[in-house]
Amino acid sequence: MSSGWIICLSLVYLLLLFVIANWAEHRSLIKRSLVNNPYVYALSLAVYCTAWTFYGSVGRAAETGVDFLSVYIGPTLVVPLWWIVFRKIIRICKVQRITNIADFISARYGKNRSLGVIVTVLCLLGIIPYISIQLKAITSSFLILSGETTAVKSSFWEDQSFYIALALIVFAILFGTRKLEANERHEGLVAAIAFESLVKLFAFSAIGVFVTYGIFNGFGDIVSRASTVPDLRKIFVLPEAQTGSWFWHCFLAAIAILFLPRQFQVTVVENVNENHLRKAQWLFPLYLLIINIFVMPIALGGKLLFANSNVKADNFLLEIPLYFKQEGLAFLTYLGGFSAATSMIIVECTALTVMFSNNLLMPLLVSRPGWQERLGQSTGNFVITARRLFIAVIILLAYVYYRNVSDRYSLVSVGMVSFAAVAQLAPAAIGGIFWKRASLVGAIGGILMGGLMWLYTLIIPSMVSNGFISTDFLSYGPAYIHWLRPEALFGLEGMDNLSHGVFWSLLFNVSFYIWGSLNFKQSASEHNQAALFVDIFKYDTSYESSVAWRGKALVSDLTSLLGKFFGQVRSERALNLYARRNKLNLKTRYASPQLVNYTEKMLSGAIGAASARIVVSSVAEEEQITVNEVIDILKTSQELRLVNQELTRKSLELEQTTTKLQQANELLKIADQQKDDFLSTVTHEIRTPLTSIRMLSEILQTNPDLEENQRSHFLNTVIKETDRLTRLVNEVLDLERFESGRYLLNFETVQLEDVIKESLNAIEQLAKDKSVKIQYSVESTLPAIEGDRDRLMQVFINLISNSIKFCYPEIGIIKIQVSQNYPTVRIQIIDNGIGIDPQFHELIFDKFYQTTDQSIRKPKGSGLGLAITKKIIELHQGTIKIESKPEQGATFTFEIPIGQTKTI
Amino acid sequence: MLSNVKVLIVDDEPSILMSLEFLMKKEGYRVFIARDGEEAFDIIKSEIPDVVLLDIMMPKVDGYQVCQFIKSSSEYTHVKVIFMSAKSKEADMKKGLELGADMYIFKPFSTRDLLNKVNTMALSTI
Repeated sequence: MSSGWIICLSLVYLLLLFVIANWAEHRSLIKRSLVNNPYVYALSLAVYCTAWTFYGSVGRAAETGVDFLSVYIGPTLVVPLWWIVFRKIIRICKVQRITNIADFISARYGKNRSLGVIVTVLCLLGIIPYISIQLKAITSSFLILSGETTAVKSSFWEDQSFYIALALIVFAILFGTRKLEANERHEGLVAAIAFESLVKLFAFSAIGVFVTYGIFNGFGDIVSRASTVPDLRKIFVLPEAQTGSWFWHCFLAAIAILFLPRQFQVTVVENVNENHLRKAQWLFPLYLLIINIFVMPIALGGKLLFANSNVKADNFLLEIPLYFKQEGLAFLTYLGGFSAATSMIIVECTALTVMFSNNLLMPLLVSRPGWQERLGQSTGNFVITARRLFIAVIILLAYVYYRNVSDRYSLVSVGMVSFAAVAQLAPAAIGGIFWKRASLVGAIGGILMGGLMWLYTLIIPSMVSNGFISTDFLSYGPAYIHWLRPEALFGLEGMDNLSHGVFWSLLFNVSFYIWGSLNFKQSASEHNQAALFVDIFKYDTSYESSVAWRGKALVSDLTSLLGKFFGQVRSERALNLYARRNKLNLKTRYASPQLVNYTEKMLSGAIGAASARIVVSSVAEEEQITVNEVIDILKTSQELRLVNQELTRKSLELEQTTTKLQQANELLKIADQQKDDFLSTVTHEIRTPLTSIRMLSEILQTNPDLEENQRSHFLNTVIKETDRLTRLVNEVLDLERFESGRYLLNFETVQLEDVIKESLNAIEQLAKDKSVKIQYSVESTLPAIEGDRDRLMQVFINLISNSIKFCYPEIGIIKIQVSQNYPTVRIQIIDNGIGIDPQFHELIFDKFYQTTDQSIRKPKGSGLGLAITKKIIELHQGTIKIESKPEQGATFTFEIPIGQTKTI
Repeated sequence: MLSNVKVLIVDDEPSILMSLEFLMKKEGYRVFIARDGEEAFDIIKSEIPDVVLLDIMMPKVDGYQVCQFIKSSSEYTHVKVIFMSAKSKEADMKKGLELGADMYIFKPFSTRDLLNKVNTMALSTI
């Protein structure tokens, strides 16, 4: 394949990545994020698998067998701990707007600037070699594919890898530094690397299938052929001497995956939802498993195929398809490796630049008031430009390193040295989130000592092999001090170089960390941050009020400060939103501590914790705060949180009580209204007969000459009206007694037939007066019931006289039917009178209905009788209902339980 | 003289109707009686009474509606309306007077008082 074609297709591929990134960013703008998805999240974590995985695993496997797996087994073993460690880190970073591992560590130890610088420098030292091997991978794959000579050119302008480095600079800049505020997640970036992870996996599997099933006949075939070659047989077993180094390699990979800047970026900073971690916890190991399945077959296949030629094992992946003239497959493989390298470079550069600008650049800029002023409104642009330049510097440094050092080493060994550098961050970071006492002195001491040990035991030997340092240094130690030999420090021999370095660096690191923490007190600010980190789940909702701050800061200063970095409009919007949510007043002259803390937090997202601290203190007159005050504020914040919860609970209870009271009040009001209505109804009912009685009495008094029959008619009417009054008074008293529950039924065994007969006798005259016929039928087997005889009679009299009242004279017929309807007796009183509209059916038994709705008028005459009737039936555990239509008569049906008495 | 004055008595209580009819006839008026609002409408339309003694709570059409009917028509501008009601609340009285009634008396009432009031009204219509 010609180099022109390869360049062309590589550019097309990069263009495709841009399209994906832009698409993802567009989706995130319209709130339909592609990245808010556990699968994309897990794929983005696979940025862990770099060109080293892609080409280097095969190389390593071909040399030392299954040893290559340690880099994958380590992370897989600790994956279950991610939920505990990463969830906490993610929460802390979200709450405090932390955007990189250096800020994370410096923030924990009191936002200390020096610590941030140390971590940043260590990461740079560790990661540049790592980037250089990506460059190496791309360059060598390019050279192999294009069939050009593989020798490194003497001058860089003739060197393809230099141009590749330039292209990568442009690419990384375009991807990584679009926005100022680093904590705004890069959804485009994540989508692109998730896609690259898929390409890697697909390409590797394709070449794996080709080798295993295309060239050979499956795994078994490769293994059986390889086992006939004595040289290859040793690859199958792990030499006993190596078991120790296996442990150290696994251990190293397990911690590195937590704190590699690029892993921190994708796992923590780009995390959308903490719950995505759960799925990633099994998806990510699955990815590692799949991408490693074909490593051994390819390594063994390559060894078998190129047994007699001088092909490097790191290059098998490309050389095999080319050997079989499979250019397409070779290009696909190249693309897989290219993906692995570019994704690592973009994410690593993004992470490193943020670390650089937050911990090296910004603190320098903002600590000089003059510079800060001069930057003014263009600070944002200046920072972005600086970050871009820095990317260029990183990649160029990686290029230099590649030309001078890493070309002489395998991919894996350089990668492992990088891992060892990053591992130095683990004690301070992990200790920081679980051990409150861990202090700044411990953290700085640990990282510095660990870093120095790393340099001495791992970097110096590599410089020796390059000829920078004399080999005597290695063989006899500095100044011939034997026990200071970098590869056998303090006389420790028998470990491989890497394990030896990891052992000593971490031992020194942890020892100094613990010793420093136990022997040096924390400052107030450190203590504050320690509590906020370790107990993040207690403070996450009240962060700003949990930071101890005392002093004076003008609201206007804070506003203009934010405006410098985020623009006037955006910062005002953010401040107003925050003030509204927390019920703060922005109109005051001096800002509340909460607002100051919020401003600092906002700034941390853009310029890092240390710089934000400097900038905020430049506009505020701060007062010294003691550790005790910090403890008080934390306690208050905790108490406030509890009080808030309690308040919310109480106010909820209060609300419920209020509702209940309102309901009770409503019922009382209705009851009161009903009583009122009852009274006015009763007085109305009393006034009517009184009117007649008074008028007739006066007529009789003033007209002594009345005719005898008229006189007696008047007198009779007076007597009838008086009866009516008496009845009414009795009814009112009855009803009152029934309703208040003071009336107790006088239960006895009652023959309904007798009761009805007696009632009919009492009412006979009334029916006769109106010429209404009453028919009566009773089932012969009617049982006796338990009831109050007098009250049941009252029911019959009320209902029958009510019917008589509404029957037309002469043609009125009333039927009384009694039947057994076990376990009750059913009585029906059917008339052919004027009937009643169904809308009143419910109301006629109600003594008050007249007034609850003024538009409905009570049919004349249904006074309290029906209300009393219903009450008596209910006291007998019975029911009553009416069926009727206007002009079609009415049927009252009531049922009374038979009770214990047996049928007679 | 009073025999030219027509008095309409509207009430659904037979005993009250009977008593008032006796009283008014004795005084010399031409008396008409109605047992409910609908009957009252018919008599008002056919006879155009001078004085209406009007109960409020009656089935079907109530006294308020009858009063409204009288007072809203230009034909009956001279007709005097006296409400006689067992409804004794201030609000009821106010409502009656707002509908244009000329007087509102509470049941029970003195026959002498009622006669005096009706006579005064009758004189004013002559």
